[in-house]
Amino acid sequence: MKTPIVSLKGVTFQYDGQERNALNHVSFDIYDGEWLAIVGHNGSGKSTMAKLLNGLQFPKDGEITVCGMKLQEETIWDIRSKIGMVFQNPDNQFVGTTVQDDVAFGLENMGIPRLEMVQRVEDSLKKVKMEQFLHQEPHHLSGGQKQRVAIASVLALRPAIIILDEATSMLDPRGREEVLETVRTLKDEKSLTVISITHDLEEAAKADRIIVMNKGEVFREGTPDEIFSMDEQLVQLGLDIPFSVKMAKAFRAEGIQLSKHYLSEEELVTELWTYRSRM
Amino acid sequence: MDISLSHVDYRYQANTPFERLAIQDVSIDIPSGTYLAIIGHTGSGKSTVLQHLNALLVPSEGTVAIGDKEIKAHQKNKDLRKVRQRVGIVFQFPEHQLFEETVEKDIIFGPMNFGVTEADAKKRARVALKQVGLAEEILEKSPFDLSGGQMRRVAIAGVLAMEPDVIVLDEPTAGLDPRGRKEIMDMFYQLHQERQLSTILVTHSMEDAARYADQIVIMQHGKVAKKGTPEEIFSSPGELVQMGLDVPEVVRFQLKLEEKWGMNFEQIYLSIEQLSSAFANKLKRGVRL
Repeated sequence: MKTPIVSLKGVTFQYDGQERNALNHVSFDIYDGEWLAIVGHNGSGKSTMAKLLNGLQFPKDGEITVCGMKLQEETIWDIRSKIGMVFQNPDNQFVGTTVQDDVAFGLENMGIPRLEMVQRVEDSLKKVKMEQFLHQEPHHLSGGQKQRVAIASVLALRPAIIILDEATSMLDPRGREEVLETVRTLKDEKSLTVISITHDLEEAAKADRIIVMNKGEVFREGTPDEIFSMDEQLVQLGLDIPFSVKMAKAFRAEGIQLSKHYLSEEELVTELWTYRSRM
Repeated sequence: MDISLSHVDYRYQANTPFERLAIQDVSIDIPSGTYLAIIGHTGSGKSTVLQHLNALLVPSEGTVAIGDKEIKAHQKNKDLRKVRQRVGIVFQFPEHQLFEETVEKDIIFGPMNFGVTEADAKKRARVALKQVGLAEEILEKSPFDLSGGQMRRVAIAGVLAMEPDVIVLDEPTAGLDPRGRKEIMDMFYQLHQERQLSTILVTHSMEDAARYADQIVIMQHGKVAKKGTPEEIFSSPGELVQMGLDVPEVVRFQLKLEEKWGMNFEQIYLSIEQLSSAFANKLKRGVRL
């Protein structure tokens, strides 16, 4: 049922001139169609992982397989065509002078015929709800809009996997919500595998599964419920606890019993309601 | 040092076809020692207000008073250097402004530019570095070999080394992880209290505004839409939502509870513990449905 689309086996990586390994014997699978969040504080190795996944860096030791291909010099271009990346800074990845040029850039590089290109640009901008902005210049767009265009540029290339490397961390709350909403729709629509690398646990809470990184190693892997039951340990790892978990904890301290550890705000309101009716 | 803006307008590219009124009739008083948070959407005029606080912009109408220096529209304003020395601005992503070969040179650049001797500036650099939580060993390193979080701290140390009376922070924690965010915010709060600074924080985070500020100003469409203490501002959350702004998470949760139960709490609570205990009390007394 669950087929791995990416698998890492004993991956170790060290940057030149650094004493410590940035990644140390990291092994895990990413499944086809899932939304996996990789969380960790700055310097925990999570962005290094993104760079390894599409061959921007090569591991010192260990093996990475993507879509059945072992990652090495010969397969790197095939693998890159399967993976699209969206980076942190909205201003550093806008290459076109208009929105449509930006989305077309990758397609031109791939030598897609013009007619198909026009179609793909339009389709992918529709998916991120930016089709009204075809001829806009980047400086007229908000951060959230720029990131959505970056996602469209990736979608136009029809990858199997999309990696969001802290793609929301420089956005205001509204922009962040726009981008996450887009990702959620994409996930629901088709079998795109989403890997979001983030230190925002509110964002990670929406994923199917979470991997917590610490000091270059996988610290814990599990569903949001399992991960958030780590509680104060998350704070020690330099992360934060989602609001609804803190709120639930305060209710428990008042003697109110709740079912699971992780409840979204809505679920928490509903549980409190049920609790009241059982009293 | 007191700062006040009275009836300030600012026009970008005045007297050209591109003229645009960015802020209009803005009056804000910031008495010495205040921790003020300025909240508003991108494009609400926050950054324009911010640049008036140390005379980077001079008003098109109205007056800005910074300490005993008055900066008025329609007149030559001289000697703005002194003002700029006393009001330090930490811009967004300040690490982008690092440029020197070593951390030390970068930090002493500001103070020396304002006439501090090299020996003094170096002393200040050491103090500032300690304040931002970095070790002295870093002084001889290139700022570009540091991690993102360290670079941010070095850039902040550069502002602190000018020993300003007023610190203006424009989204100082954007892009940092939760631990880094808390460390930086707590550091500024501690400095604020120890040195009795005035602190002006421009932020999107309602959590930070509620936690640290004594006064909040909300900007919308270039005007001051609302001002008051956090309690006053968040006591009518409906208004904020109408302006398309967020409310603190705990307030948002209280609203959801009230909606589900069809009742109101006696007040708006700004902390999780207050809300949970108020809720438990209601349960004990039996909420009427």
